[in-house]
Amino acid sequence: MSTLTHERAERRKAWGFVLPALLWTFAFFVVPFIYMAAVSLWTRQGRETIHSWTLDNYLNFFGKPHLLQALFNSLEVTVIVTVISVILAYPLAWIIAERVPRRFQRLALVLSILPFWTSYVIRSYSWLLVLSDSGPVNQALVWTGVIDTPLALSATRTATVIGFVHFFVMLLTLTIYANLVQLSPNYRRAAADLGAGGLQTFWHIILPLTLPGIMVGAFLTFVLCIGDYITPQILGGNNELLLPQVIMLQLGRTANFPMAAALSLVLMAVVTIAYLLCARWLKIERA
Amino acid sequence: MISRSLGTSLRRLLLSTAFATWAFSPSPVLAAEELNALVWCDHTDAALIEPFEKANNVKVNLKEYEGTGAGLSIIEQSQPGDWDVLVVDGVDVKRVADMGILGELPADIVPTSDIFPEVVMAENNSKDGKIYAVTEKFGYNTISYNKDKVDPADMEDLSIFWSDKYKGRIALYDYYIPMIGLTGLALDKKTADLTEDDLPAIKEKLFEMKAVARQVSDVVASQTALVGGEVDIILGGGEWVTASLAKERPEFDWTVPKQGAVRWTQSIGVFADSEKKDLAQKFVQYILSPEGQARLATSSCYWGMPANSKAGEHLDEQQKAALRWDEQPEYLKNTQLYPVVDAKMDAAMQDVWTEMLQH
Repeated sequence: MSTLTHERAERRKAWGFVLPALLWTFAFFVVPFIYMAAVSLWTRQGRETIHSWTLDNYLNFFGKPHLLQALFNSLEVTVIVTVISVILAYPLAWIIAERVPRRFQRLALVLSILPFWTSYVIRSYSWLLVLSDSGPVNQALVWTGVIDTPLALSATRTATVIGFVHFFVMLLTLTIYANLVQLSPNYRRAAADLGAGGLQTFWHIILPLTLPGIMVGAFLTFVLCIGDYITPQILGGNNELLLPQVIMLQLGRTANFPMAAALSLVLMAVVTIAYLLCARWLKIERA
Repeated sequence: MISRSLGTSLRRLLLSTAFATWAFSPSPVLAAEELNALVWCDHTDAALIEPFEKANNVKVNLKEYEGTGAGLSIIEQSQPGDWDVLVVDGVDVKRVADMGILGELPADIVPTSDIFPEVVMAENNSKDGKIYAVTEKFGYNTISYNKDKVDPADMEDLSIFWSDKYKGRIALYDYYIPMIGLTGLALDKKTADLTEDDLPAIKEKLFEMKAVARQVSDVVASQTALVGGEVDIILGGGEWVTASLAKERPEFDWTVPKQGAVRWTQSIGVFADSEKKDLAQKFVQYILSPEGQARLATSSCYWGMPANSKAGEHLDEQQKAALRWDEQPEYLKNTQLYPVVDAKMDAAMQDVWTEMLQH
C-alpha cells in the first residue's frame, strides 16, 4: 500500500516537472502551428481574406515556377553554406582542441566566436562594404595584380554564401570542438599501436567519432540558414529570391498571410525532412 | 525584522530613483502627447520633426515604409486609433480613402493656392468634394547616373537598358509600380492606360533589363551602390538620389529621357480613426507650411520638390539648383503620374515584379 502511494506521489511529481514544458510547447508551438495551418488554407483576394478552406495557396506555390524556384534556391544556398562551413570549421575546431595549449583554448574559442558579439544586420552590411568594388578584397586583388578590374562580388549569391559562412563557421566550430575534446586520447594510441598512420586514424577513428558533433552543427546551420531573410536581402542584391524573401514579400507588400503561412509550412516541412535525415544517419534513437 | 527594513530601504531606493528619473528626464519624455505617424523615410529627419515637437510639446513617433502595399499591410496589422498621420503615394489616396482609412481634412488648413497647380491633384486627393490628403512633395522616377562614367547622351533613351553597353553597371529601383510604369513608357504606353493586357510585353522587357542589371535595390542600397561605384546608373532614380549628394559628388546627375519618366507625388493625411485629430491636423499644417516644406524637400533620406511654391523662400540658391527649381515646368510636361491600379492589377503587377526578381 505504501509502495503504491509512493509510486503515485513520484508520478505526480514527475508530471509536475513535465507539465510546464508541455503547456509551454502547447501554447507557443502546437496552438500557433494549428492556427497557421488553418490560415494557410484561407485565400487572399485583393485586400480581403476569404475564410473558406482551399489548397489554392499550395497549388499556386507548386504551380508557379518563380515561386517554386525560391525553394530550390534556398536549398542550394543552404547546402553550399553547410558544406563549406563544415569544411572550414573542422580544421579550426581541431587546431583549437589539439594544437592550442589547454590554458589558451578558452581564449581561442572566445576569439573564434567574437564576431557573434556584433549585430547580425551590421555584420551583413559590413560584408557589403568589404565585398564592394572599392572594398578591401577587390583592392587587394587589384593591388597584387591578380585582377585588372574589380570583381562583382557584392549583390551576388557568392556574397550571400560568404555572409552565411562567416556566421555559421563559428557555430560549427563550437559543436565540433565540444565533440573533439571529449574524445579519449586512448583511441589514437590504440590506432597507433595497431600500425595506423595519422591519416588512417583520422579517417577511420576520429572522423566517425566526431560525426555527431558535425551533424548537430550541420543541422543547426541548415535550419538557421534556410530560414534566414536578412543575409540574402542585404548581400544578394535581389538577383534571386530565397524562400524567406518570398514569404516577406507576401507579408510586406500584400499582407497575404494565407500565402505566407502556406510557404512557411513548406519551409517547416523541408526542415522536418532534414531533421529526419540527420536523425536517421546519427541513429539518435539508439542513444 | 531584517527583511522588513530591507524592504523599506528598497522601496525608498526605488521611489527616489523613480523621482530622479522623472525630474531629470529629457523633455521628450515629458511631452504631454504623442503622435503616431506612418511615413516615408524623408519624414524621419530630426531637422524636420524636432521644430514641431518643441513648438507643440509633443513626441512624434515615426514608422517608415516603402510602397502603398507595405503601408496597407502595416495598417491591417494595427488596431484602429494606433495611427494618426499617414503619408501615402499621391495616386493611392483615393484607394486608401475608399477603404475608410483616411479622414476628411478641413479645407481651411490646406494652402491650395500656394501649391504648384500641376501637383494639387484634386481628383486624387479629394472625393465627393471632400479633401482626404494634400500633396506635400514630388519628384521623378527616371534615370540617375555618374556622368564621369557614362555617356550622358546614352541616358536620353530608355532602350539603353536592354542593350549590353552598361551591363553590370545598372541598379534597378525595387519598387514595382514606377518601374512597370517606366517600362510601359519605353513601350509607348501611357501610365494611366496600363492594363493587365500590357503586362506580358512589359514583363519581357523587365527580364531583359534584369539581365543587364547588377542589382535590384531599395532607396538606401541603390544610393550606396552609386556612391560606392558598384553601379553607375540607377533606373528609377532621380533627383531624390542625387540632389542631396550634389555638393560632395557633383558628378552625379539625372535626366528625363526622350520617352518621358514617371512622376511620384506623396500626400499627407489624417487617419479617420485618429483620436488626436486636432494635433494630427496641426502636424499636417506644419509639414505644408513654407518652413516645413523646405525642410521636407531637403530631408536627409532623400530630396524632392516641395509641393508648396512658397518653400522656395526658405531654400538657398544651391539647394534650388540641386532640385532644378527652374526646370520644373519642362519636367512636369514630360512626365506622367504613377499608374493608378486596383487590387487585381496591383496583384498582377507584383506577380510580374516577383517573377522578374527571380528571373
